[in-house]
Amino acid sequence: MSQSIATKELALRIVNQEETFILDVRNTDDFDDWKIEGESVEIINEPYFNLIDEVDALAGRINKNQEVIVVCARGNSSKMAAETMEEAGFTNVYDLEGGMQAWSQHLEPVKIADLSEGGSLYQFVRLGKGCLSYMAVSEQEAAVIDANRMTDVYERFAQEKGVTIKHTIDTHLHADHISGSRQLAENTGGSYHLPPKDAGEVTFDYKPLEEDHDITVGNTTIKVHPLYSPGHTIGSTSLIIDQQYLLTGDILFLKSIGRPDLAGKADDWVGDLRETLYSRYKKLSDELIVLPAHYSSVEELGEDGSVQAKLGDLYQRNAGLQAEDEQSFRDMVTENLPPQPNEHETIRQTNMGKINPEVEEQREMETGPNRCAVNA
Amino acid sequence: MMEAAKVLDAKGLACPMPVVKTKKTIEEIDSGDILEVHATDKGAKSDLAAWTKSGGHELVDEAEEEGVLKFWIKKA
Repeated sequence: MSQSIATKELALRIVNQEETFILDVRNTDDFDDWKIEGESVEIINEPYFNLIDEVDALAGRINKNQEVIVVCARGNSSKMAAETMEEAGFTNVYDLEGGMQAWSQHLEPVKIADLSEGGSLYQFVRLGKGCLSYMAVSEQEAAVIDANRMTDVYERFAQEKGVTIKHTIDTHLHADHISGSRQLAENTGGSYHLPPKDAGEVTFDYKPLEEDHDITVGNTTIKVHPLYSPGHTIGSTSLIIDQQYLLTGDILFLKSIGRPDLAGKADDWVGDLRETLYSRYKKLSDELIVLPAHYSSVEELGEDGSVQAKLGDLYQRNAGLQAEDEQSFRDMVTENLPPQPNEHETIRQTNMGKINPEVEEQREMETGPNRCAVNA
Repeated sequence: MMEAAKVLDAKGLACPMPVVKTKKTIEEIDSGDILEVHATDKGAKSDLAAWTKSGGHELVDEAEEEGVLKFWIKKA
């Protein structure tokens, strides 16, 4: 009987940069499209159907005594492959519980900072998909920003901290993952805030996320200050928390910038994107800490596993912030658009409340990388 | 529709079973004959195609009828 390893354990190993060897047994197309990544991760692919009765395909590639974590789509094939490997004399084999599906759903909370008037800010890293969400906690209250579909994770975390989630906020209408913000607000009796310009077609009630309407968390007031910053979507709104942290949503990442085309409006929105990045953000303090809603490679994870950088530093080194004029910016953006994320249109429809797929279907829709950035 | 030498019912089975059963069943037919596979697991679509190719067989046709994925595999 092979042993299993939970996604939580694997996440901690990756965050702590422990040497990890992974055998991914999904088919090679799926592997090439999307896989587990980490600075300390070595990963190879051999489809499970080549490991059914014998493991000759692994000869010379894995030492029989080395530790191997076997991964598949949902956790069954990896178990089978791990057992076949053990029968063949491998001694240190684990299978990842729930496979890539569970991996894609795992959220790892990392503390970003204690805030000035008491309270704290946490970043939830979705290692399997590169999504980042946030929880600001003060006194007995919390606000969650860009929540993912796995609402139970935030609810459990809030419970551990002894706080009630009063606000959920989406910086924009997401196209790469299903938002958990509306459900989370419903579960906790909180309010759901969404930029009105992204909410034209939504089928539910929400509170408009707009400039001059600060959101307060706890009595000691962490001010969540919205800043209109269109470009990824027309409604995209950044949040400044405690006058120190700039939550950029999908407008600005550490190594790249947001793409303007996921709602089919690249030409219209590329100008807004430039205005936001080269003018609106430029007027802000260089000392602000940028906290994006995504990252695209594990190199962006810091030593503590968080993803953050000073705004001033990004103006020095982020490739998307170095265009000299409007035309070169336009060219850079339109020439570097990656394929659109899996099912982005049905994900948008779901986030607007127009369709309500079953959980199983929602998982399928979210399979794959996030692809929200321009690959400049 | 082409004549299948054998039909494998893998409906309701989750990964990896559709491919495991296909692999075993194809040993029961002759080279050049066709195995028809029915499955409901969505992962079977790309996995069966990938397995067929890696085994040197040919995926002659595939279809989806009322939620059932059907594959016609010609044995190498």
